Amino acid sequence: MQRIGVFVCWCGSNIAGTVDVEAVSEALKSEPGVVFSTNYQYMCSQAGQDIIKNAIAEHKLTGIVVCSCSPRMHEATFRKTAAAAGLNPYMVEIANIREQCSWIHKDMATGTEKAIILGKAAVAKVNLNAPLTPGESPVTKRALVIGGGIAGIQTALDIADAGFPVDIVETKPTIGGKMAQLDKTFPTLDCAACILTPKMVDVAQHENIRIFSYSEVVEVGGFVGNFDVKIKKKARYVKEDVCTGCGICTEKCPMKKAPNEFNMGMDNRPAVYIPFAQAVPKVATIDPNYCNMLKNGKCGLCAKVCTAGAIDYTQKDEIIEEKYGAIVAATGFNPISMDKFDEYAYNQSKDVITSLEFERLTNAAGPTAGKLLRPSDGEHPHTIVFVQCVGSRCAACAEKGKEYCSKICCMYTAKHAMLTRDKYPDTDVYVFYIDVRTPGKSFDEFYRRAVEEYGVHYIKGMVGKVSPEGNKLMVQASDLLANKQLHIEADLVVLAAAIEPDKSARPLATMLTASMDTNDFFTEAHPKLRPVESPTAGVFLSGTCQGPKDIPETVSQASAAAAKVIGLLAKDKLTGNPCVAHSDELMCNGCSSCERVCPYGAITYVDKEFRMPDRTTAIRRVASVNTAVCQGCGACTVACPSGAMDLNGFKNAQIMAEVDAICK
Amino acid sequence: MQVNNGYQPKIVAFCCNWCSYAGADLAGNNRLAYPENVKIIKVPCSCRVNPMFILRAFQRGADGVILCGCHPGDCHYTSGNYYTRRRMALLFSMLNFLGIEKERTRVEWVSAAEGAKFAATMNEFCETVAALGENKRLEDLRCKR
Repeated sequence: MQRIGVFVCWCGSNIAGTVDVEAVSEALKSEPGVVFSTNYQYMCSQAGQDIIKNAIAEHKLTGIVVCSCSPRMHEATFRKTAAAAGLNPYMVEIANIREQCSWIHKDMATGTEKAIILGKAAVAKVNLNAPLTPGESPVTKRALVIGGGIAGIQTALDIADAGFPVDIVETKPTIGGKMAQLDKTFPTLDCAACILTPKMVDVAQHENIRIFSYSEVVEVGGFVGNFDVKIKKKARYVKEDVCTGCGICTEKCPMKKAPNEFNMGMDNRPAVYIPFAQAVPKVATIDPNYCNMLKNGKCGLCAKVCTAGAIDYTQKDEIIEEKYGAIVAATGFNPISMDKFDEYAYNQSKDVITSLEFERLTNAAGPTAGKLLRPSDGEHPHTIVFVQCVGSRCAACAEKGKEYCSKICCMYTAKHAMLTRDKYPDTDVYVFYIDVRTPGKSFDEFYRRAVEEYGVHYIKGMVGKVSPEGNKLMVQASDLLANKQLHIEADLVVLAAAIEPDKSARPLATMLTASMDTNDFFTEAHPKLRPVESPTAGVFLSGTCQGPKDIPETVSQASAAAAKVIGLLAKDKLTGNPCVAHSDELMCNGCSSCERVCPYGAITYVDKEFRMPDRTTAIRRVASVNTAVCQGCGACTVACPSGAMDLNGFKNAQIMAEVDAICK
Repeated sequence: MQVNNGYQPKIVAFCCNWCSYAGADLAGNNRLAYPENVKIIKVPCSCRVNPMFILRAFQRGADGVILCGCHPGDCHYTSGNYYTRRRMALLFSMLNFLGIEKERTRVEWVSAAEGAKFAATMNEFCETVAALGENKRLEDLRCKR
């Protein structure tokens, strides 16, 4: 039996004005378990807290009920008070007789009666309270960043600068991501490579950062502070620590017909390649799908010309196992496939390109060395039509496009249009749009410059059809403001394709038990208040894997995610919330109902040996809750058909006792 | 609230810690009155509410039970309120079949900013339940002894 002390607070006249506090403390005296009951003007004051502390010592109290303001206000205060007096803080319950009683009722009799019932419910609960101790788990002080684009780079740099080791896992042979492919960046028009490549070098040279390029995460186990991760380092057939990146192998390779991914397949690269001049790590990679030596053993030229002796045709995939305290997903995006958009003739004409292809076409390191030339005949285009929202905001065509706004297209199209007019004033540039969305610092000014200073023709309306005729592209479109049909003879059509999360995001989310939305973007722990954390503890989100973003936003989010990781890694031990689920192994029948509803993947199953009533032993499958991962929502307690699962601090019996007290 | 012949409906409100309990606090802060018949039980998430708790309340003589949680999409635990929505749809239809009118049971989404909605919901719910009169269907008279 508990020895409960009841402390009724007046809160000056806030409570005492409509609740007869004397009557409440008197009425609760006779409740089961209550050995002491008093009231005081301000329980939360030092003097009030001393009353509680003294009563705990004097009456050997094992439980406390404070009838006062909302627990959201002072529960923590009174728990600390109890702890200071040597009582487990989770033996304290608050009856909210201010917000839920005195402040909403005017009549003293009503207020007092309700306060007594709320007090009784709290007493009934405390009678069933048990001391709780938060679980502790150690923290591995190393972070994993999955994805080496600008998001991953920024997150890794920030974590590494704070003094924690970081590993970056990137599927491509180099870090840099999409930003490395861009020409200029809006709204300031500085060149992407000029601002990105120094960061890539910083990553390469940072003593706290390791780069696993051409690698992927294949298995994730463990939980916050203690993740066990397996990383597959794919064979690149070049010894990474020996290769000097001189590039002689790439020059001599006779097989030069592999599509160059970095230039969006608009030109070819050799079978042994370095994606671009500023690649990090600057190490060659042999593409096994094109290398004659790897395919049929005939060639071996690169090994002959490599003075460093870095080529190794026998290299195998390697699995690296490492422990991490925190994981950051920074898997990024891709433009969606244009295969389903037949109306724009993307697959019929080489001169219909996507914006990312246009980006390569205007880049000095691109397939045309920065000259804007038609991919089909290498001629200079004189009329260019940009089509916005190709697959974005596409509620009616959800089977081929996306319902959301891709956010970056309005700005990069304005950039493309402006730069084209700037470099080639003889071109006519049209932009077809649904709406122009330019919220962002200096964004609208930028768009207006494109229209007002550079004379780009912005036309509200969508392009209905693009049909190749001879070496021209006939563009049929509607001008909604002028209410007429337009026919434009274009030389080049550029499609602002919607962006979607990288294909690797979903399998990764499954491995991390992180949740995703219907578009495969990672879901944040709270859309407003915890935007860089995944609901899964220890997993953080950086960049476009969480939603469409431009570079400034991506970098902000990347640094925010890093700050969260640093906060986690700075701790030696993680103290959990003790109000977590707990399974009674004798009642559990191992049905997996709880595991299925757990949003955090906190429940696993273990085979345990049990002594049976007939003195034999049996091995049974029972649920086991990882207290470091459980957040205490209680979804599993309701799903459990056998009643084995219960929630500490909110046990079935405790809530039932409250119900009983209220309904008496 | 007292209906003629002295009958006072008993109403149990389960409020999730993150949104609705805070919404109730806000109603208090703004002095928005709702009937004293409503007594709140705090739960971490609306999905913590076991159908057993609701049956128990009716068995012990409650006249109405209301569950309040975060708005869909805003659950602190991401998906808890979706479980609540499905579970309660099932339970309430079963209770209705047993004669506990569906007006006596309700799930309502109340955010931490919706003090006014909390008070208005409780006022309206209380009136509805009072109009139905006492719940006798599931009440276990042995509990009154």
